[in-house]
Amino acid sequence: MSLPLIETFSTTSAYLPLVARIADVRPLTQLEKLFTIELPGDLSLKHAPGQFVELSVFGVGEAPFSISSSPSRSNGTFELCVRQAGQVTDALHALGPGDAVGVRGPFGRGFPVRRFRGKDLLFLPGGLGLAPLRSLINQVLDERSNYGRVIILYGARHPSELLFQDELALWSAREDIEVQVTVDRSDGNWQGHVGVITTLIPEVQLYAPNTVAFTVGPPVMYRFVLVELLGKGIREGNIWLSLERRMKCGIGKCGHCQINHIYTCLDGPCFPYAQIKRLEEAL
Amino acid sequence: MNLQVLPKGALVEWIELLSARYRVIGPKRKQEVVQQQPGCDTQQPPREQYIFGELQGAHELELSYPSTILPPKKVFLPQKEELFSFKDNGHQVDLQLEERRTVIFGIHACDLHAVLLLDQAFGQGVVDQHYMARRANTTLVSIECLEPCSENAFCKDMGTWIMPETFDLHLTDLGHEYALEIGSAKGSELLQNLTNIRTATETDYWRFNQVISAKWARFPYRLEADLSELPSLLAISYRSQVWEELGQQCLGCGTCTAVCPTCYCFDVVDEVNFDLTSGKRFRVWDSCQFGQFASVAGGHDFRNSRAARLRHRFYHKFKYQSDSFGLAGCVGCGRCAEACLVNIKPIDVINKLHRKRVAVSGKRQEVMG
Repeated sequence: MSLPLIETFSTTSAYLPLVARIADVRPLTQLEKLFTIELPGDLSLKHAPGQFVELSVFGVGEAPFSISSSPSRSNGTFELCVRQAGQVTDALHALGPGDAVGVRGPFGRGFPVRRFRGKDLLFLPGGLGLAPLRSLINQVLDERSNYGRVIILYGARHPSELLFQDELALWSAREDIEVQVTVDRSDGNWQGHVGVITTLIPEVQLYAPNTVAFTVGPPVMYRFVLVELLGKGIREGNIWLSLERRMKCGIGKCGHCQINHIYTCLDGPCFPYAQIKRLEEAL
Repeated sequence: MNLQVLPKGALVEWIELLSARYRVIGPKRKQEVVQQQPGCDTQQPPREQYIFGELQGAHELELSYPSTILPPKKVFLPQKEELFSFKDNGHQVDLQLEERRTVIFGIHACDLHAVLLLDQAFGQGVVDQHYMARRANTTLVSIECLEPCSENAFCKDMGTWIMPETFDLHLTDLGHEYALEIGSAKGSELLQNLTNIRTATETDYWRFNQVISAKWARFPYRLEADLSELPSLLAISYRSQVWEELGQQCLGCGTCTAVCPTCYCFDVVDEVNFDLTSGKRFRVWDSCQFGQFASVAGGHDFRNSRAARLRHRFYHKFKYQSDSFGLAGCVGCGRCAEACLVNIKPIDVINKLHRKRVAVSGKRQEVMG
C-alpha cells in the first residue's frame, strides 16, 4: 500500500487543514458550482486525476471532494465541482471569492492513465461523475498525441443537469475526440440523444483489446455499464471505476469508507474492475 | 527476567509518589447513585461495576477487579477529543496535543493486546499524532489475570490471556506481595524513590512460577473453532442466514462498539462559537452499527441493514484485521456480550457459524443438537 506524496499536510497533525482561499466561483447548474481554490505561498496540490481532497468550512465541517481540474492545468490552484447536498456543501455554496476554506490532501489513488499510452480511451461519466473524469480527460487532451482514440459518452438525467457545457462544446468541436451526450429525460429544446448512458455503448465501434474504459457515476449505473463494457470484450483490468464512499479522514483511520478490508481513501477511490469484482459490498 | 517484589502495603506510598508526577488512572468502583425506581425490585443489590478512572489514592485502586465497563482505550482515544481550535475563519489555528503524563494501573492482558492493535491502526501509514502523543505520554502497568473474569470472556481462545511483552511494568499477585516485571525504561522510571521494593529471591521465583503455571487449568476454551480457522470460517459464511437472524435481534444501538477495546471508528465534527468565526473541531466516537455510518451525500447507504452492519463488525474483528494487521481484531474480553441489550454474544455467533459449517458426524449432531 503506497501513499501519495502529501504536500499540503501539516507535520504536526494529519487532521489540521491548510488554510486556502476561494479564487473564483462559477455556477454550472441549479445545484452545482465550480470552485477554484488557491493554495497559499508557492504550494501546489500535485494531484493525480481521480484523487480527492478534504475541504473544510471552518465551523461547519469537512467533506471529501474529487478534484475536477487537470494536474496539467493547475498552477497553485485547483477546481472542485460541488453539488449542494448537505451541511458542508450548503455552507460552501454560500461562500464567494476571497473566503477562506481548509484543505487537506490530495488523498487516495487516482487513475494511472500514463500506463495506457497508445491505447484507445473510452470515458463514461454519468451525472456528477464528470467532475473527477474532467480532470483525467483534460490531462489526456493536454498530451493528446500519446493516446489513440478518445471517446467520451456522457449521460445526465436532464438537459438542465449537464455539467461543463462550454467544455463539452469545445470537445465536440474537435476532430480528434468523439463525443456523445445523452439525457434520461428530454425537455422541449433538447435536440440530442435521449436514453440512459448504456444505450450509447452498443453504437460505438471499438477495438476491445486496445481499449481502456474509465467510468464514474452513481452506484446503480456501474452495474449496467459494466455489463455493456464486458460484453464489448474490454478486459476486466482495463475498466476503471471510482467508488464513492464517505471518506471522512482520508488517511485510513476513521472507518467510514471501508469496503470489506479495503479503505477506499487509501486503496481507491479509483480501482480497476478486476480488483474489486470479488469484493462484497463494492458495487 | 529481573523480578522485583513489592509488598501490597507499599501501594499507598507508591500511588502517592506517582500522583505528584503523573495523572494516575486505575480500575476503581463505579460511584453509583442508586435511585428507587417505582415498580422495580429493590431487593436486588446493584451490580458491582468497575471503571478506569483517575485515582485520588491507593484506597480507590481495585487491582483484583473482574473487568471494566469501558476499556483503557478511552485514555488514548477519548469519547470526545479536541483536535484543534480555530479563530478568524481558520486563519489562526491552535493544535491540541496531549502533554499530561499518565500512568494506567491494572491493565489486563486482553486490554494490552488491544492497545497493540490500536498502535498498529493509528501508527501505520499516515501517523495519527493525537493518538501517538497520548500513547507516548502514558505508562502502562499491567496485571496478570489469574482467573477468568466472566463467562463471556474467551481470551484463551483468542490467545490474549497471556501478557504480550509490551507492558512498561507488569504485576503478578503473590498473595501479600506483588511480583514486578520491568518491561521498559518508562516502566522503571515509575519505581524511582520507592523504598519498599526488593529484588526477588529464589523462593520468590518459585512462588511466581507456581502462580503462573496454575493459570492454565482455570481458563476454559469457549470457542469450538480454533483462532487460525476464524478468517476462513467467516470467508465461507458471508451469505449465512445467521446474519439475517442477528439483524432481526440487533437494536443498532452501538453499545458493542463503545465498550470494545479495539473499536476506534470516529467522526469529526465542528462546534462554532457565537461570533461564528471561531470554534473547535472535535473527534468523537462513531459506530459502524449506526445507520448512516456508510452513507454518502446523495443518501445512498452502502450498508443499509442491521444484518449487513453487524456482519461487517464481526468480519472486521475476526477476518479483515487478521488479513491486514496479522492480529485478530477481537481480544475476547467479552465486554460487548456483557453490554448487549439483546444478548448477542460473539462466542455464540462463532460457535453457531462453526456448527453450521463443520462436517458433522452423526455423533456430533447428537451432541450439538
